[in-house]
This record gives sequence, structure tokens and C-alpha cells, in this order.
Amino acid sequence: MTGEGTSGTAKEAPAIKIAGLSLVFNTNDGPVQALSDIDLEVKRGEFVSFIGPSGCGKTTLLRVIADLEQPTGGSITVNGVSPEEARLARAYGYVFQAAALYPWRTIAKNIALPLEIMGLTRAECDKRVADNLALVDLAGFERKYPWQLSGGMQQRASIARALAVEPELLLMDEPFGALDEIVRDHLNEKLLRLWDRTQKTVVFVTHSIPEAVFLSTKIVVMSPRPGRVTDVIECGFPRHRTLDIRETPEFLAIAARVRAGLRAGHSYED
Amino acid sequence: MTTAVSHRLAKPPGKLVPVLVVTLALIALWYVGAYFMNATLARDAFARAKKEPTASELLFATYAMDRPLLPAPHQIVTEIWKSTALTPVTSKKSLVYHSWITLSATLAGFLSGALLGLILAAAIVHVPSLDRSLMPWVIASQTIPIVAIAPMIVVVGYNLMNGQMGFSTDTSRFIAKALISTYLSFFPITVGLVKGLRSPDTILVDLMRTYSANRWQTFWKLRMPAALPFLFASMQVAIAISLVGAIVGELPTGASAGIGARLLAGSYYGQTVQIWSALIAASVLAALLVWMVSLGGTAVVKRMGLAR
Repeated sequence: MTGEGTSGTAKEAPAIKIAGLSLVFNTNDGPVQALSDIDLEVKRGEFVSFIGPSGCGKTTLLRVIADLEQPTGGSITVNGVSPEEARLARAYGYVFQAAALYPWRTIAKNIALPLEIMGLTRAECDKRVADNLALVDLAGFERKYPWQLSGGMQQRASIARALAVEPELLLMDEPFGALDEIVRDHLNEKLLRLWDRTQKTVVFVTHSIPEAVFLSTKIVVMSPRPGRVTDVIECGFPRHRTLDIRETPEFLAIAARVRAGLRAGHSYED
Repeated sequence: MTTAVSHRLAKPPGKLVPVLVVTLALIALWYVGAYFMNATLARDAFARAKKEPTASELLFATYAMDRPLLPAPHQIVTEIWKSTALTPVTSKKSLVYHSWITLSATLAGFLSGALLGLILAAAIVHVPSLDRSLMPWVIASQTIPIVAIAPMIVVVGYNLMNGQMGFSTDTSRFIAKALISTYLSFFPITVGLVKGLRSPDTILVDLMRTYSANRWQTFWKLRMPAALPFLFASMQVAIAISLVGAIVGELPTGASAGIGARLLAGSYYGQTVQIWSALIAASVLAALLVWMVSLGGTAVVKRMGLAR
């Protein structure tokens, strides 16, 4: 369906390449154009944010990349292969808006879940669980159940679970959307450190302008009806950045451009 | 028995007193009822003996009849005591012996019903066409009154197994009764498990997809654990109606053993005390079975870390 004829081996291919992609949902009220003619390329090691108002298709686009939705037109490759092949090869880790931890499993068991499915040895499982828990500062919480952890800790556990698969690509759907501002700032910084250290490619969906500008190397501004890309903004902040940059004129300038892009694409008539 | 309805009150000390009060009130009501229901029979007995009873003589006579319309509670208690503690369990007069005959068929029927329910539910959840084609039959099966279908299953099944397949009389009766229990108990298990297996959030199912987990893994690691609380709720219903099924299954074959046989024999010979004792035995048995399933459910929920 998609991805055939893409030249180059998986190693050289961009993390994500999307051309002329569209998706129409057939609902009871007739067809809905969720995505329309999307072109996008994400290079390896980039941190790309999709930002836009609700209904602009940013989550849908992420789900297409993850092979959770099927596009109705255009082409898409993930690591040079079709999203389905990428999914079967477990090429990405997906972090949902909710932590989506299994309530009957301890934190350690939750993180081990994808590893069990992959059929890793017990020793390898234990090692990866310990490593990734340490990475998100949750060492010592192995035997706790999800309900014993705060919302922020639960979301960190779910990030550790996505990382434990050791994917090249991390897909995150408003992972901090349900958290309060202080926790969100803290986790944003942590996520940047993580990205810097692991050199992964991150695709991040958000509706917060400061979050998008702070985290990203590239911001994709989207608008609804039909869901489309209205602007792609490159951010050149150094990899080692702190929350302080949010006060700099460069930061504010990019934030202003994102805001303008959102306003331009947003129709208030309906 | 009647007060075994769970009184879930916030404060534990407040539970005993209300339960006791209701129990005592019911027993008092029972004694009053027994007097009025048996008074005519008692007067007739005095008339036959050409004796004019005093009020207290009449009162005590209504509580000490051989075949009262409504036996007094102490008569039933005495009968149960005689037929359990004072009778060896191997004797055909022992209520324990009859309870065991019924209980064994109940448990066998319950287990096979649970297995059948599990298989049906798993099939219905995984094959969309079965949801539409099978589920209506599952529901239709329960709209037929069991008293109508039980004699057919029991008589046909019994004759088939005893006559043509060469099973012994006891084995044939046992299997026939267990079949009725299965027929009744698979239904709540199927319905509960279908709901339980579908209970995980979309997001949790999507998560399994991102791991490219196969159906087997999704079933055992996600759907089944999520369905366990539903399963235990269904099993509480299922085990109680399994017992009903086994008792009903004892009625049409002229069985000589089991709680149903005691009920039947009691009604043939007007032994109301015996009937009531068997009824009490059946409800105690049902309460015990439901209680044990609920204990199992609590233990499992605790083991899964879901109890807070």
C-alpha cells in the first residue's frame, strides 16, 4: 500500500517520510477529512512536535505513523519501510495521553510487559526494567502498583515502558497533557535530557505552544477542517537547554510565529 | 437464611444487632403463622379424640404435629439435627449424604458450565460473526423454562446413558443432573465473560497492537486478567443456579438420593418437616457455595493488587 519503491536501506532512510498523505473517516454523518495532503520528513535524531487545536488531526497523524490508523491516500514510510512493517519490527515506542499502565501489574511488571511479548530472556528483561526505571528516576518503585503512584510518576513509568523496547523512534501523544504545569515543566526537562542522551527520534503531539517550542528541533503547525499542515518551523536551540531559554527573545519570536500560524489556520466561522 | 443478605454497613459493630433483630422478628412471625395455619388441623385432632382443648393446649399442639401445614422452626431444627449429627453420613436418612449427592452434581455441572462459558465467550469476543450468530441462541436457551426442559434432558439423557451406553444407574443420574446444571450455569459465565473480555480500554488494546502482540498474548495478558472480576461475579450467580439445576434434575427420574429426592419423597408422604429440612439444607448449601466463590474472588483481586 505504502512505502514500496522507496530507495535506500533502512539505515539511510529518514525516520519518517510522508508524501501527499490523506485520511478520510467514514462516519455516520458522512465522510470526514481527518488529514489532507500532508507532506513531512523527519530526520533521525530530530525532536518534532505536532501542534494545533483539537480536531486538527495531530493525534490521527501520529496514529498513522504507528499503524494504528490506515491512510486512505498518499504514502508514508517509517525507517524506510511501511508503518505496518515498522510496527511488526517494534521500531517505535508509543506513549499515550494516559499512562495506560495495567492496574494488576506492578510497575516493574508493567515495564516488562512488552519485553515478555517480545520473548526476551528473564535476565534481559530484569536488566532492561532496572535500567529504564533508573532512567526515569523511578528506581525503588518496582513493586508498587500504578494506583500507588502520582500521575507524573505513572507517566514516567509509561515512558520507561516505551523506552524498554529500545526503539529508534518514540511517538508521544500529549504525554503530559493531564499533568499540572510544574510537573509538566519538570518532565519536559527530563525528556530533553533523555532525548539528548539516547539520540532517539521523537515525535511529540501537544497543544501547548511553550512546550512545543521548548522541546522541538522542528514544529509542525496543523489546523483543522480538513486536518492539514500550515507551517513547519525549525528551532535552532542548543541540545543542552534549560527552562530559562523560555525568557529569551529567540524563544518568544518562535512562539509568536507558532501562535500566528495557529491563528491563520484556524477558522472561527464554524 | 433470610438474613444472609449482605448488610454492607460502614461501621462493623452496627451489623450484628440489625441482623439479629430481623432474624428474631422473622422467627416470631413464623411461630404466629404456624399457629394459624395448623390450628384447624389441631382442632380436628382434638375433636377426633373427643376433647375440648384449652388455649395453651391448642397452641402447643400446633407446634408439635407430625404433619403440620407449616412446621415450627424448632421442629425443623430438631429434624435437621437428627438427620445430620445423629445419623451416620452413609445412611440414606442422613441429610449430609443427600446434600453430598446433590453437591457433587452441582460442582461437576458448574465446572463444565464455566468451561463452556469460557470457550463461548472467547469465541464470541474474537469472531465478530459469532457475536451476531451465537449470542441470540445463548440468550434463547435461557428463555425456555428449566422445569420444561429438565425432564426431557434427564429422561432422554438418563435412558441413553443407562440403556444404550451401559452406564450404571447412579452415574447416569449424576451426569444427567450435571447436564442441567451446566445448561443453567454457562449462561451467566458467558455473558459476564463477554463483558469482561471487552472491558479493557481501547488505549490498552492499542498498546498491545504497538507491541505487535498476537491474539493469544492479548487474551492472556490483557483480556483475561481484566475479565477476572467479572468472572467471579458471574460465578456467584452460576454456582447458585447450578444447585437449583441439580435439585430440579433429581425430580423427574424418581431418584432415591439427593436434596431433590428428599423434597419429592417428603411431598409424596406429606412429610412437611422433612421438606422444610431439605429446603434449609439447600439454602445453607447455596449460601456456602456463593460465599466460597466470593472469598475466591476477593483473594484473586487482592493477589492482583487491585484491592486498595
